[in-house]
Amino acid sequence: MDLAPVLDGFTVVLEPTNLLYCLIGVVVGMLVGVLPGLGPAATIAILLPITIGIEPVTAIIMLAGIFYGAQYGGTITSVLLKLPGEASSVVTVFDGHALARQGKAGTALGIAAIGSFVGGTVSIIALTFLAPLVAGFALDFGPPEYTALALLGILLVATVSSGSRLKAVVAACIGLLLATVGRDAFTGGERFTFGSLNLADGLDFVPIAMGLFGLGEILYNLEERHTAAQAPAKVANVWPSRKDLRQSSGAIGRGSVLGFVLGILPGGGATLSSLAAYAVEKKRSKTPERFGNGAVEGVAGPETANNAAATSSFIPLLTLGIPANATMAVIFGALLIQGVSPGPQLVTQEPELFWGVVNSMYIGNILLLIMSIPLVGLFVKILRVRPAILAPITVLITLIGVYTVNNSVFDIVLVIVFGVLGYLMKKIGFDPGPLLLAFVLGTLLEDSLRRSLLIFDGDATGFFTRPISGTLLVVFLLVALVPMIRAAMTRRPTAAQQNDTSKELV
Amino acid sequence: MTVLVGYVPTPEGDAAFAAALQEARRRGEPLVVLNSPRGGAPVSADVAPEDAVRRMHERAGADGIALDLRQNAHSGDAADEVLRVAQEVDASVIVIGLRRRSPVGKLLMGSSAQRILLDADRPVLAVKP
Repeated sequence: MDLAPVLDGFTVVLEPTNLLYCLIGVVVGMLVGVLPGLGPAATIAILLPITIGIEPVTAIIMLAGIFYGAQYGGTITSVLLKLPGEASSVVTVFDGHALARQGKAGTALGIAAIGSFVGGTVSIIALTFLAPLVAGFALDFGPPEYTALALLGILLVATVSSGSRLKAVVAACIGLLLATVGRDAFTGGERFTFGSLNLADGLDFVPIAMGLFGLGEILYNLEERHTAAQAPAKVANVWPSRKDLRQSSGAIGRGSVLGFVLGILPGGGATLSSLAAYAVEKKRSKTPERFGNGAVEGVAGPETANNAAATSSFIPLLTLGIPANATMAVIFGALLIQGVSPGPQLVTQEPELFWGVVNSMYIGNILLLIMSIPLVGLFVKILRVRPAILAPITVLITLIGVYTVNNSVFDIVLVIVFGVLGYLMKKIGFDPGPLLLAFVLGTLLEDSLRRSLLIFDGDATGFFTRPISGTLLVVFLLVALVPMIRAAMTRRPTAAQQNDTSKELV
Repeated sequence: MTVLVGYVPTPEGDAAFAAALQEARRRGEPLVVLNSPRGGAPVSADVAPEDAVRRMHERAGADGIALDLRQNAHSGDAADEVLRVAQEVDASVIVIGLRRRSPVGKLLMGSSAQRILLDADRPVLAVKP
């Protein structure tokens, strides 16, 4: 492997501007990790307009910092206040808060910080070696392969995402539909524009992301009121004892690997991997009854895994141009705004951006490790701000921000429309993630589908004759059909059983 | 009839609690401690921490006084909450702590103590630390 671009990446990161934005990114990330409700996807969406004025590398360094910084911040509130600030630190509550109640809050936070650092670093090292390989492999991809990949990505996100699978697929279809709005790229015909000039260029990514995630989440959180306030918590002796460290070292190791692998898979990401790591630790432990009553491994495993996953989910984005989860979809949008199209060419064509972003994660993780513990008190103080004060400010920043992108009032209207849509979706149990992801991938899917059909002269069987696209499509069919078949298989015996019981009753 | 005290974990709140304890002993009535933070935020500095709660229970127990601690959050004005609970528990006296406020601060932020003193329909005992 050629090391020169990797080292050049470090010179990019160590530029003062980039260091500053890396710091800003991780601090903002920790903040939103602490605040319950406002997730990294929402924050990155709200901050998208800021990135327009700055260099692409700097912008992505900051946004990446927000993403993995949030994984650190979520721990603090989980442990101290039993309030998971982030979906990925929900499982930390079980053992982290139990430890805090025993007066070992410092130990839990220290272990979590060390685990997060190790998980993040292992993941970055693996990313450094694996990403160029994947990108090199993907250089051979043509339109048919991208069609299959985009299809698979959308389907996997829909199946793995939280909540009902059917609802996620419905949301993804709405996203695909929204992606078709505007002038057709091949024929120039207008689709779903209703004669409006504003819609002729298609829907912009920024207002949709800011509406669905930013405004939608703010509106949704306004409803949820914390009626039971808690007294501010105190933290003492952060350094875990040698015994705790020995106990959790295995969990940290397993969490790193598990998080890295699950982070790469589309739809996986930090939340899923922290859940999986907790389950693995509980299963492997000789004393599973300690879990839930303050087991150090129960904090170390999930916290390591969510950071490892947050880092490794950059691999599909930076090497294939396929975002693996909703937050990555927003970062994908940020790259597009900067005029950078993520894909296999990124490593060779823009080595500074690629390695700059990857290497910034080393620096960001060190910054987080240094800052996370001393700043705990400050972060807990921020929780004293009421949503009634926070929400209007955030909404105002969102609306001003979206206006500055194109100086267009229509975009503000779009944000409000999608904000209401996002709110309603969350309210009735739809995850807006698949919608945004399908919207982002929709353009790619349509372009590559039509390009490949041109190549194949309109013969759709061509997809199956090429080895890579054929394999991907078979996987697609498996993922789509296996749950249905399994559901059908299980439904029949239960139906039979029900008949039996009804007979017995008679 | 009960003795109602508005409590926050500050020197003023502790002084009010001590005075309320005496008052409850003198009158032979149970003590209601109202420690109500403003609702909305997940964390509030107004909530009595666990050790303060334990201390209050110990002190009331030592004097043989029944103590009822209410910590549910309120919306709107703290003074209204105190007056509402006073009505609810039929307090014979409301005990509050007074803190030093500058005239400008009082003009801008208002004063809960002043509102309780003026609006209460029963005796109010105001204590300074």
